[in-house]
Parts: sequence; C-alpha cells; structure tokens
Amino acid sequence: MNFRAIRAIYRFEMARTWRTLLQSIVSPVVSTSLYFVVFGAAIGSRITQVEGVSYGTFIVPGLVMLSVLTQSIANASFGIYFPKFVGTIYEILSAPISYFEIVLGYVGAAATKSIILGLIILATAGLFVPLHIHHPLWMLTFLVLTAVTFSLFGFIIGIWADGFEKLQMIPMLVVTPLTFLGGSFYSVNMLPSGWRTITLLNPVVYLISGFRWSFYEIADVSVGLSVGMTVSFLVGCMIIVWWIFKTGYRLKN
Amino acid sequence: MFQAIAQSALRPYLSGPLLFFRADPSKFRLDFILPGPATPIIKLAMSPVISVANLSKTYNSGFTALKGINLEISRGEIFALLGPNGAGKTTLISIICGIANPSQGKVSVGGHDIVESYRAARSLIGLVPQELHTDAFETVWATVSFSRGLFGKPKNPAYIEKVLKDLSLWDKKDSKIVTLSGGMKRRVMIAKALSHEPQILFLDEPTAGVDVELRKGMWEVVRGLQTSGVTIILTTHYIEEAEEMADRIGVINKGEIILVEEKARLMQKLGKKQLKLHLQGRIDAVPPKLAAYNLELSGDGNELTYNYDTKGELTGITSLLGDLRNAGIRFYDLDTNQSSLEDIFVSLVRAP
Repeated sequence: MNFRAIRAIYRFEMARTWRTLLQSIVSPVVSTSLYFVVFGAAIGSRITQVEGVSYGTFIVPGLVMLSVLTQSIANASFGIYFPKFVGTIYEILSAPISYFEIVLGYVGAAATKSIILGLIILATAGLFVPLHIHHPLWMLTFLVLTAVTFSLFGFIIGIWADGFEKLQMIPMLVVTPLTFLGGSFYSVNMLPSGWRTITLLNPVVYLISGFRWSFYEIADVSVGLSVGMTVSFLVGCMIIVWWIFKTGYRLKN
Repeated sequence: MFQAIAQSALRPYLSGPLLFFRADPSKFRLDFILPGPATPIIKLAMSPVISVANLSKTYNSGFTALKGINLEISRGEIFALLGPNGAGKTTLISIICGIANPSQGKVSVGGHDIVESYRAARSLIGLVPQELHTDAFETVWATVSFSRGLFGKPKNPAYIEKVLKDLSLWDKKDSKIVTLSGGMKRRVMIAKALSHEPQILFLDEPTAGVDVELRKGMWEVVRGLQTSGVTIILTTHYIEEAEEMADRIGVINKGEIILVEEKARLMQKLGKKQLKLHLQGRIDAVPPKLAAYNLELSGDGNELTYNYDTKGELTGITSLLGDLRNAGIRFYDLDTNQSSLEDIFVSLVRAP
C-alpha cells in the first residue's frame, strides 16, 4: 500500500477545498439557509406538523442529504475530471499506485468535504429550529455511507465526462430531480398512493428516509431497507469503478 | 565466421554514403541493423534497463500506433528517439510509463514487468510529457513535493531544494505555477519528474518551443543527470538535438523502429563526403591505375564519384586529380556533397 501517495492525493484535493473555500463550503451553507427561510419559515409556517414533527424540523435531514448528495458528486467528479481536462492526470497514471489507492485518495477527500459540509449545515439548521438526534451513531453512519457512495458515483461521472457539459448533466438532470422528489421536503406518505408507488423506485427516498429516522424515528420505509439500498448502490459504484480501471476506460485508451 | 564473410561482402555498402542517396530505404534498413563490430560488445557491457519486446498498440478508434516494437535501452545512456509527427513516439513512452495500455507485447523496466510489477517498474521512471500539463494555483514547492509523495517517497526537503536550485527555480519556489513563463513551467515539470529520484528519465520533446538559450541550458541539465547515472530517453524533432545529446539514436516511423544506431557510428558515416566529376567525354571503364580510389562510374559513363572521409588526415583529392590528369581523363565540372543525419532521416521516413 502506497500510503504516501494516498495522502498526497488526499491533501492535494483538500488543499483545493481550502483554496476555494467560498465555493466549497460557504455557498452550500448560504443556499441551505435560503431553503430554510423559504420552506421552513415562510411556507412551513402554514404547515403545522408532519408526522408529529414541526415542518421546519422535518425538512432538516432532507436538506442535509440534498447538499451531501450534490456536493459529493460535484466534488468527486470535478476532482478527477479536472486533471483529465488539463492533462495532469499523466502523473497519477504513471505513479506507482494502485487503482484502489487512487480512488481512496480522490473519493476520500470528496467524501470528507461533504461530510464536513453536512455537519456545518446541520449546525446552521440548529440556529433556525430545535434539533434532537435520536440515534447519532446511525445518523453519522448514514451520512458517511451516503457521502462515500455518491463521491464514488461522482468519480464515475468525472471519468465518463469528456466535456464540462456532461459533467453537469447527470447531477442537474438526474440527481437534483431525484433528490427533490425523494422526500426532502415532504413525507412520501403525503402522496396519493399511485405516486407513492412510483416514488419508491427513487433510490434517494431510501437515503433520506433512513437519515430522517436517525433523527426523529419516523421513516417512509424500513430502516433495514434504507441501509440495504444504500449499501447496494455503494457496491454497484465500486463494481463500475473496478471495471473502469480494469479496462482503462476513458483513461488509458 | 559467417558474420565476417557477410560483413566483408557488405563492406562497400556499409561505408559508402551512396547508400543514403540511391538505395531503396526498405532495402538498406538491413545494413543499419546488421551487427557491426562495436554493437555486441557494448550490449554485453551494459545490461538493458528497458526492454521492449514485440509491442503493439491499437487505439479504440482502430488506429494502430505501434507495430511490433523491439527496443533495448542501456543503463546510463542517452537515447534519442527521432520521428515525424504521429510516428508513435509519445505512444511508446506512454505505454512504458503506464499511461496507456499495451495491446500486445511485453515491456520491462529495470527487470520488472510494467503490468505485473507496475509499482517497481514505475518507481524507477520520471516522465516529462510533451505538453505543459501543470496545475495552476499550486506553488512550485507544493507541486514538486506532491509528485514525490505520489511516488511513495518520504519527504526530503533538502533534495527538493537541490532539484529546484539545479533547475534555477529556487527563487520561484513559492510562486504559483500560473504566474510562471513557459520555459519555467517546463523546468517545473522536469523538477516534478526528478522529485522521486528516478533512475530513468523520459523527456518527450523537451525543447519544443523553447528558445535557443534555454535549449542549451536544458541540454546541460540533461548531461548533468547522465553524469549522476540517470538513463535518459528523449524524443525530438530536432536532429541537431539528437546529434548534440545522444549516445544512440533510434528512428521511428509509422509505428515501427526503422533504425537504431550508435551516434558515433552514424556520425562516422556522416563524415563521408562524395566528390562528383562530370567528364568531358564518356569512358567505358575506370582505368586500372585508378583502382585504389574505388571510383564509381555512372551508368552513362559521364560521371565519376569518389567517396572520401573529411575526418581523415588525407582526403586523397589532390592525388586523385593528379592521377586523373595523368590518365587523360578530363572533366568540365565537379561538385561535392555530404549526407547529414537529416538526409538519412528524411530518406528513411519517406514512404517507400
């Protein structure tokens, strides 16, 4: 194991975060606060309670997940796409490191970034509404699992993309809609039964449901199913990454 | 025994510069590859640090960039790979360094297979690619230290300092790369490649687009590296660069290595000149008295060609002209010409 290489990549990526602090940390915090003002305070004041929790409190886990998902993808995809774009990838590919180590460096840094971000947003939320976390360990588990899974997913997008447009396409056209429709701002139980069935095809529902359960013990689907779905998505991403490096897809051909 | 006979039979072709002008390139390729007296001895003395066997590469687009390349690089030498654009130089380097996958064939670096023992193989290599691929917002110090870490070497600020000083980058160590000039960026890339103390350095077109002064500076750096025991493989368009720097020269064209030769031997051939005499009247044969000069008579009997060595103490021209007059052969004009590496190169890469 080339630990020094993993550390070098990890530090390089984290240095990019600190260098672009405004973009990496501050802007997601600002946009989350805006969601709070709009959905929590303005609209939420007309909705009294959802499943026994005040609306403002109810949306906190969904908001954190929304940011963690989009930021994991954005960080990881950009992290690997940019060296490809400017050509500095040559150095990574010619270094004595395994694929696993490359992924560990990039995905580790992207996940770290979005976990920090998730915690900051949580703290920000605490300024607006009272928060009580029933299962802090589960909360952290879901947070880390989601951050890692979607950083891996972002890594795949970054490898696949051969232009900035493609880099934006999946997050914008697929992930954001799925997140919004995945119960970030409402309980799936509030939907008419036909829509509810369709919504259950959305993998993000399971992430948000499980994460919300760790806060308030209320869930749209069973916790076991949430963990199972998240882990299977993680494994799916791992298999794709393994295939990418095995074949040299978009990297070595 | 056989070799000696073959060599003596081929001697006139091996030494004659006519070869470069008249022969079909696909035929005289053999002459260069044929082991001369010097080659086997050198091969025994220096073990190959890189050995490429039957290497081919076909890209996904269907383009075949390399066709069955065989090449050995000796430890400590400077090897220049010459070739026109698109000949396969960069593809060859990319495969050896692990940036591209080979389609077929084997490569070993320092005795390590580049696929099976990629860690051991790659840690011996430093690569300076052709394009200026650098980070923009990192400092020189950070980017060079990053490279060292990437190759799994423990921190060594004293060594990085030495590298930066050797490349006249020390006063720029805290500058962001984006603020540097092109020549400095090129040197940063060399510093990155040297950061992990490689035994082999690949320089892909190191002086492309670099001004004359900087180019000379770069050559000095490369020579210094060789002195410290680093094997250097450089690709170049500039023939004078190969002449100036290399111990051996290889020519690659259309994915095939068509010549590998000690530079000294190549230059020996280049030291040959030929004198052409345009005769006033045609002759049927060269008079026996002039046999010692090995003159060649053209098919129409109107031209005599004399090959001589400019590096020899006596070129023999004066006595030849005297003997011609004695033999009653008169000429109305004469010209001399010399084959350069460029001539060889051009005739080699021109499609047969």
